[in-house]
Amino acid sequence: MAEKEEILSGLAEIVEEVAGVAQDDVTAEKSFVDDLDIDSLSMVEIAVQAEDKFGVKIPDDELANLKTVGDAVNYVAANAK
Amino acid sequence: MSNDVVITGLGATTPLGGDVETTWQGLLTGRSGVSALDTEWVRKFDLPSKIAARLAVEPTEILPRVQARRLDRCEQVAMIAARQAWSDAGFSAGNGADDGVEPERLAVIIGTGIGGATTLLDQDDLLENTGLRKVSPLTVPMLMPNGPAAHVGLELKARAGVHAPVSACASGAEALAWGWRMLRTGEADVVVAGGAEAAIAAITMAGFAQARTMSTRNDDPERASRPWDVNRDGFVLGEGAGIVVLEREEFAKARGARVYGKLAGIGTSADSYHITGPDPEGTGQARAITAALRSAGLSREDIGHVNAHATSTPVGDVGETVAVRKAIGEHPVLTAPKGALGHLLGAAGAVEAIATVLSIKEGIIPPTLNLENPDPGVAQDIVAGEARKVDLKAAVSDSFGFGGHNVALAFTPA
Repeated sequence: MAEKEEILSGLAEIVEEVAGVAQDDVTAEKSFVDDLDIDSLSMVEIAVQAEDKFGVKIPDDELANLKTVGDAVNYVAANAK
Repeated sequence: MSNDVVITGLGATTPLGGDVETTWQGLLTGRSGVSALDTEWVRKFDLPSKIAARLAVEPTEILPRVQARRLDRCEQVAMIAARQAWSDAGFSAGNGADDGVEPERLAVIIGTGIGGATTLLDQDDLLENTGLRKVSPLTVPMLMPNGPAAHVGLELKARAGVHAPVSACASGAEALAWGWRMLRTGEADVVVAGGAEAAIAAITMAGFAQARTMSTRNDDPERASRPWDVNRDGFVLGEGAGIVVLEREEFAKARGARVYGKLAGIGTSADSYHITGPDPEGTGQARAITAALRSAGLSREDIGHVNAHATSTPVGDVGETVAVRKAIGEHPVLTAPKGALGHLLGAAGAVEAIATVLSIKEGIIPPTLNLENPDPGVAQDIVAGEARKVDLKAAVSDSFGFGGHNVALAFTPA
C-alpha cells in the first residue's frame, strides 16, 4: 500500500509539471479527462514521464484504458520492474 | 449605415517594452531595443551579425508556466499581445460571448513570417539525440505557422474564422488587411488582427547573413539599425508581437467602445520580380499604396505621413521612397521605427500599424533612430533626432516581404 502512495505522489508531480494541476487534486478517483481537464496530447507526455520515473512500459492500447488516476497507479504497481 | 472599420484595442510586446505604452514612449524618446547577442551559438558559428533586438520582457515572466510550455515563443508573444489588445478594447478575459460578441461574428487573424522555428529545431535535436519518445506531442501545434492565430482564436472562442497570413515581413500588415476585408464584407463584427515573430536562432541568423541582409555593426549595437542613413549596412533581427482589435464602426459605437482611429483602407500587391529583392522601380509597392488610398477614399494630398517599412538595407530603403513618391508624392513626412525596434519580421507591420495609429491620435511622429546622414536618394522629409508634432488627416503604413509581398494600410482619425 505504501508503494501505491508513492506512485500516486510521483504521478501527481508529473501531472502538475505537465498540466498544471495542483498535486493535492490528483487523487485516485479522478478522471484525467473529465475531472482534471487533461487532453490527449498531455496524456502522452504524462505517460512518457511516468515510464521514465517508474521504469514501466505503457503501450498506447494500455494508455487508452487508464481513465482515472487510480487506474494509472494500479497499472504502474502491477507492471513496474 | 457606416461601413467603416475602427481600431478599439492595442497590444504589443517588443524589444522596447512589454506593452504598447512602453514601446510607444521608447519610440518617441529615441531608445534602441538592439543589443549584443552573446550566445554560445553566435560564437560557435562566428555569425557575422552578433546583435539582435530581443524582447524587453520575457514571455515566461508573463504567462503561467504550464501555458508557456505548451506554446512556441512566437505563440507566447501573440497570446500576450492579444490579451492586452482584447482588454484594452474593453472586453473581459475569456471568450467574447461574455461581452456581447457572438463567437460566430468574431475572427482572429495573426500572421507570422517564420512560425515556430525554434520548436522545430529543438524537437529535431531531441529526436536525433534521444529518439522518438522524447519528442513532444505538442511539436506540430507549436511549430505550425497558424499556431499563434489558432491559440488566440481558441482562447477567445473566435468562430467567424481563424486565419494566418504568411507573407514574410508583410504578414502582420496583411493580417490587418484581411481583417478589414472581413469587416467590410460583413463576415465579422470584431477581428483580432496582428503579427507575431520569435525566430532569433542560429539558422535564421545564418540564413539572413548568407543573403547579406544583416547589419554587422557589432561594435555599436544601438546604432546598427539606421534606416536611410548613408552608412546603413543591413537590418537587425528582432522579435515581438503587435495585435489590434478591429471592429465595424456601428458595432463599436453600439457598445460604447473607445476608438483610437480608423483603418480607412488597405492595398495589397505582389512584385513577382525577384524572390528577395524589391523591384527598384517600386512599381508593385506603389500599386499597393495607391490601392490603399483608393479603398480609403483618400487623395494623395490627404496623406501627411508614411510610417515606412525601411529596414536599414542599402537597396530597400530608397526603393520604398521611390514608391511613395509615385503613389503619394514628396510631401508625406517619413519615419522608420525599425531604427529603434529592429526588424520584427512578421510582427513588424502590426507593431508599426499601432505606431501609425498613435501618431495620428496623439499628433506626433517618432524619430528615425540613427539617421545622421540621409541617403541623397530620398526626396521626402524624414523625422530624425527627435519626435515631431504634426496634425495628421491621414497616414499610411507600408510593409513589404521577401517574396515580393506588398501591403499598405491607410489610417485616419477616429
